[in-house]
Amino acid sequence: MNLSAEEMRKKVLEIIDPWRGREGGLIPILQALQGAMGYVAEPAVKIVSEELKIPMSEIYSVATFYAQFHLTPRGRHVVRVCRGTACHVRGSLKILDAIKEQTGCAENGTTEDLRFSLEPVACLGACGLAPVMVVDDQTFGRSAPDGVRAILEQFL
Amino acid sequence: MSDYRSHVLVCNGTGCASSHGVVVVDKLKSELERQNLSNEILVVPTGCHGMCEMGPIVVVYPEGTFYCRVKPDDIPNLVEEHLLKGHPVESLMYKDREGQSIPNYKKIPFYGKQHRVALQNCGYINPADIEEYIARDGYEGLAKALGEMTPQAVIDEVKKSGLRGRGGGGFPTGVKWGFCASSPGPKKYVICNADEGDPGAFMDRSILEGDPHAVIEGMAIGAYAMGADEGYIYCRAEYPLAIRRLRQAISQAEESGLLGENIFNSGFNFAVHVKEGAGAFVCGEETALMASIEGQRGMPRPRPPFPAISGLWAKPSNINNVETWANVPQILHKGGDWYASMGTDKSKGTKVFALTGKVKHTGLVEVPMGIPLREIIYDIGGGILDDPSGAPKEFKAVQIGGPSGGCLTKDHLDVPITYESLPALGAIMGSGGLVVMDEENCMVDIARFFLEFTQRESCGKCTPCREGTKQMLLLLEKICGGHGEMKDIDLLEELGLMVKEMSLCGLGQTAPNPVLTTLRYFRDEYEAHIRDHKCPAGSCQALLSYSIVQNACKKCGLCAKNCPVHCIPGGRAEGYAIITERCIKCGTCFTKCPFGAIAKG
Repeated sequence: MNLSAEEMRKKVLEIIDPWRGREGGLIPILQALQGAMGYVAEPAVKIVSEELKIPMSEIYSVATFYAQFHLTPRGRHVVRVCRGTACHVRGSLKILDAIKEQTGCAENGTTEDLRFSLEPVACLGACGLAPVMVVDDQTFGRSAPDGVRAILEQFL
Repeated sequence: MSDYRSHVLVCNGTGCASSHGVVVVDKLKSELERQNLSNEILVVPTGCHGMCEMGPIVVVYPEGTFYCRVKPDDIPNLVEEHLLKGHPVESLMYKDREGQSIPNYKKIPFYGKQHRVALQNCGYINPADIEEYIARDGYEGLAKALGEMTPQAVIDEVKKSGLRGRGGGGFPTGVKWGFCASSPGPKKYVICNADEGDPGAFMDRSILEGDPHAVIEGMAIGAYAMGADEGYIYCRAEYPLAIRRLRQAISQAEESGLLGENIFNSGFNFAVHVKEGAGAFVCGEETALMASIEGQRGMPRPRPPFPAISGLWAKPSNINNVETWANVPQILHKGGDWYASMGTDKSKGTKVFALTGKVKHTGLVEVPMGIPLREIIYDIGGGILDDPSGAPKEFKAVQIGGPSGGCLTKDHLDVPITYESLPALGAIMGSGGLVVMDEENCMVDIARFFLEFTQRESCGKCTPCREGTKQMLLLLEKICGGHGEMKDIDLLEELGLMVKEMSLCGLGQTAPNPVLTTLRYFRDEYEAHIRDHKCPAGSCQALLSYSIVQNACKKCGLCAKNCPVHCIPGGRAEGYAIITERCIKCGTCFTKCPFGAIAKG
């Protein structure tokens, strides 16, 4: 999402206001920032740092620790491939390889046209449907490498 | 509430929801509307039914007719035949091995051997409606605790039940509560660990999605017993449905006066917050989890001080896992003796296992402690999954306890599963993930898979875990890649024992388990990789080669047509051959050949 500096400031203040003077807000703030902007953008981090008197280094130390946070813009569609044990023994690596081949996207990377981001995840908790891939919030269970193209084509 | 002559329950857990369960609900509603049955028959979306492999699952009550793999297109027929005319639809019923339809779900072997306590409401009630939970004796346990019992009496009841931490630790819950209760200070916290990061385990997810009030009630009872007035549920952000259900359940409980100030006029106050995790496996460790709630990097710290003395924001705190909390209301309602009557001498009650992998009926299974693996895998799980071509497969191993657990073999199938028996074999109960493997799964690859996971998820704070798991992973990659040396096996063992001994927290202390158990029970596979440059399971790509068995080949050309790198030249007349040097070992020819004429070895 492209916001002007002013819009960005307004949005960030809206997110941090409930947390002023309270503890434990950093992670929910980062989650809300990412929810609003798609990623944790540096200008937004700067505003959080100044307003809440938290050093930038501390914010980045938290943001880089957790897998959820992204510091660069992501694709319009996020493709997640489950790499949990159940999916692994039923061949999820081949699904991952097929997606990489189809999209030209690296693991944890984004395609140049910003269409897809590809994320292997530890477990999606839908082990009964292994192997599982998820595009945005749509789950595709019992997937097979040769079915990948048809799934991705639904997300133009 | 109006009276309905029939309730139709449709599983909307994550498994079924992702195989059209939600569409099935909509379609059912519109079809009932069309047939003018909306005021006679109620459609109830429920949480997970457990038999995820067979989803979406639809159960028609009062008969209890069980339909599986129901597609939206099946609905008009189902409504017409069963709900209008009263003829159950046989084609949608579960079929046993002999092809016989089993209409009633309690008679299906998958459910027959189960004993549901923590899962008793999952798939049975609408998790979005507090009244349905209350109708199943919900909040009776809390009422009894607040109305009739002292905090100490509550703790004694939990002690009597013999309940042990279901997140994997197995520490007696009542004793743990006692520590926190006796810790001084006016402000205490209870925390629910819903950061289920174990690959291959989804029991917590299913409980949160299917019966969120059980967890909330359990926490309220614990808070009363320990003198806490505030609770946190730390839930994985990857579980959006669970988070939504929890928030909904909390606000319903607040509206009903079951959370908040002066609950049941007892003077007891309790508030619960949901905290979304941000994706770090190590946050399942209690001190790391508390650091994460406080908004820091989720890194564990040395204990003591234990959380019971100095936990969240340095206040006395008690952490239990989702499944542990979900057992508490019934222990209070039905009594500690009732709970202790199930299970074995030292491992009481029931345990939920997530049965996955190469087994026919994957899903959630709740059984009394002490049951042998064989009964879970064969009687409940229906045995080993056949090859896609229909050929039967052999059981090889079962991985129990996730990345902290170990691999057991067919020699262990009759060992009763308890908190004591598993560590003796090198595995642990863990959260209860059971991943079944067949002859095509390479145990060295499985060890490598888990090490890759723990190495990636290591928080990096202590050297043995950060560097030790890294070196172990490099050794395993070397062996899987065909460059292993015999001395690597000894080195792996030595490193594994060191990491186990020296790491700061549970993640590092248990990370070597998959390696150590596979070395213990499948050493010959490691040796085959190193000495013979062979992967006996045919799974490690670097050690594989494909060839065409000429006398089985029907010269159909399917392999050549599908080969992505065009390395199978030939023709109908002269037959086909694989150019090994150009082969990328993707296995496409192997899976596409209808005659089994491609050899892997």
